[in-house]
Amino acid sequence: MSNHPKRITIFCGHYGSGKTNIAVNFALHLRQTHQKVAILDLDIVNPYFRTKDSQTELDAAGVELICSDYAGSNLDIPALPAAMQRPIADHDTFCVLDIGGDDQGAVALGRFADQIKAEGNYDMLFVSNFFRPLTKTAQEALEVLRDIETACHLPFTGIVNNSNIGDATAVDDILLGAQKAKELSALSGLPLVMTSVREDFADAQALANENVFPLHLQEKLI
Amino acid sequence: MSEKVLMKGNEAIAEAAILAGCRHYFGYPITPQTEIAAYMAKKMPKIGGCFLQAESEIAAINMVYGVAGAGKRVMTSSSSPGISLKSEGLSYLAGSDLPALVVNVQRGGPGLGGIQPSQSDYFQATKGGGHGDYKMIVLAPSSVQEMASLTVKGFDLADKYRMTAMILADGTTGQMMEPVNLSEVEVQHYEKPWAVTGTKMERPHNIVNSLFLEPEELEKNNFARFERYKQIEENEVMVEEYLMDDAELCVVAFGIAARVSKNAINEARKKGIKVGLIRPITLWPFPKKTLLAAAEHVKQFISVELNMGQMVEDIELATRCKRPVTLCNRTGGMIPSPAQVLAAIEEADKGGQA
Repeated sequence: MSNHPKRITIFCGHYGSGKTNIAVNFALHLRQTHQKVAILDLDIVNPYFRTKDSQTELDAAGVELICSDYAGSNLDIPALPAAMQRPIADHDTFCVLDIGGDDQGAVALGRFADQIKAEGNYDMLFVSNFFRPLTKTAQEALEVLRDIETACHLPFTGIVNNSNIGDATAVDDILLGAQKAKELSALSGLPLVMTSVREDFADAQALANENVFPLHLQEKLI
Repeated sequence: MSEKVLMKGNEAIAEAAILAGCRHYFGYPITPQTEIAAYMAKKMPKIGGCFLQAESEIAAINMVYGVAGAGKRVMTSSSSPGISLKSEGLSYLAGSDLPALVVNVQRGGPGLGGIQPSQSDYFQATKGGGHGDYKMIVLAPSSVQEMASLTVKGFDLADKYRMTAMILADGTTGQMMEPVNLSEVEVQHYEKPWAVTGTKMERPHNIVNSLFLEPEELEKNNFARFERYKQIEENEVMVEEYLMDDAELCVVAFGIAARVSKNAINEARKKGIKVGLIRPITLWPFPKKTLLAAAEHVKQFISVELNMGQMVEDIELATRCKRPVTLCNRTGGMIPSPAQVLAAIEEADKGGQA
């Protein structure tokens, strides 16, 4: 990972590509070197498995979580809390933005697009998992990437390879994903910024040449 | 490179339906099953299929009726309140002996309820839901892989017996992501000489209808239909037994509740408690024989459900109340924890009935 993160880091991508896990881990990572870190959950699409599930961990680390007042509840309405404006406007706070899947989810980001562009201190990373059924190829991923840019009025600045098959992931799968991410990089002209992997893969020899970002995942109860 | 992909349960249903030859999907969005419609909307136009978002659930189920009558594989999906709206159509499908696949990714109820997972439509799915004497084949997946395999199975059984098959899933199995291997899918094909496809002046008219002017004729059809149901109860029961050989206690659970229960059973076994699991995969036909046989050697049944206790009644009937049946449950969108199920097992082990 870059040692000089931008003030605002945005994770977008196809739904189910792993944005929330990466955003939570990235915010915790930032907090090790920065005083004021906030994670903003702009997901207006996904009813389950939200940043809110990591509230305890984020609180303990001193990362501020701002999410819909209704996340995890029975209210299924696409609302963003007004409090999101504060860290976006406060140039001393490092912000991590977790955006809902696909172009539908990215619409919510459009609300802040002008502000973010005007400040010009952001990274917007396309999270890709080439083992997802609708983004198996670089070409399919590129379509989603362009749809998202159109919906949120912000251009991407980089790509994250988060290729995995859940519990069935092997190192070769991650490398195959990295290969496809490089194809996507060539097609889109965007740099491959990092490969995110479950933490037990972080020291794998075969991944030594990849820029690996380890992910600590929540324990599964079922 | 494995052939596995990482899928949400809802996506697995949609992709498996396409693999099973379904080219017609009609639905109306509702959380937590919207990914099925979204997936179909993306994929169907690319493979010459038809995705149509109807103006309501009632319209969607009647479109299903039309395509089923024409002899094509067709599906719709919804979540609890939407299935209530479709129930009139389900009864019409049954009365006309039409095959279709209907998916219910359940959420908390009654009423508008909530968007979190539940199993509180067990009665509705297994006892009818709509009006009149009829059954549906009800399949209860407990993994994303099973969301795919049971979808294919559902289409096959529906065609084989000319009736509706329902996937009774819950919000969590719909939303969670797991590796899926779709190359293992095997599809059966059934002739449909009864379908309304145009006679070309070469055969008598086929009629698809649920209205009968003579009560004698309606009765005859109902008796014939229930003869078919008997065959299904004889031949199509699917059930998983886990650590039941030496079990003195038996947890009964389906879908997501079975996954939680397995974790609890593994913990209980570590403590030396002889407990096993019977997991009905078909909720109708219900695995009555398996349960009755278990009643010979277990001292108590524990039904784990995400509702106020519905399957518990079928367990009592199947076991003819030979052993006590207790309930371990959460409702309203909540899921029992492995610790809660373990406590229920320990309580039963002490001899106390909760």
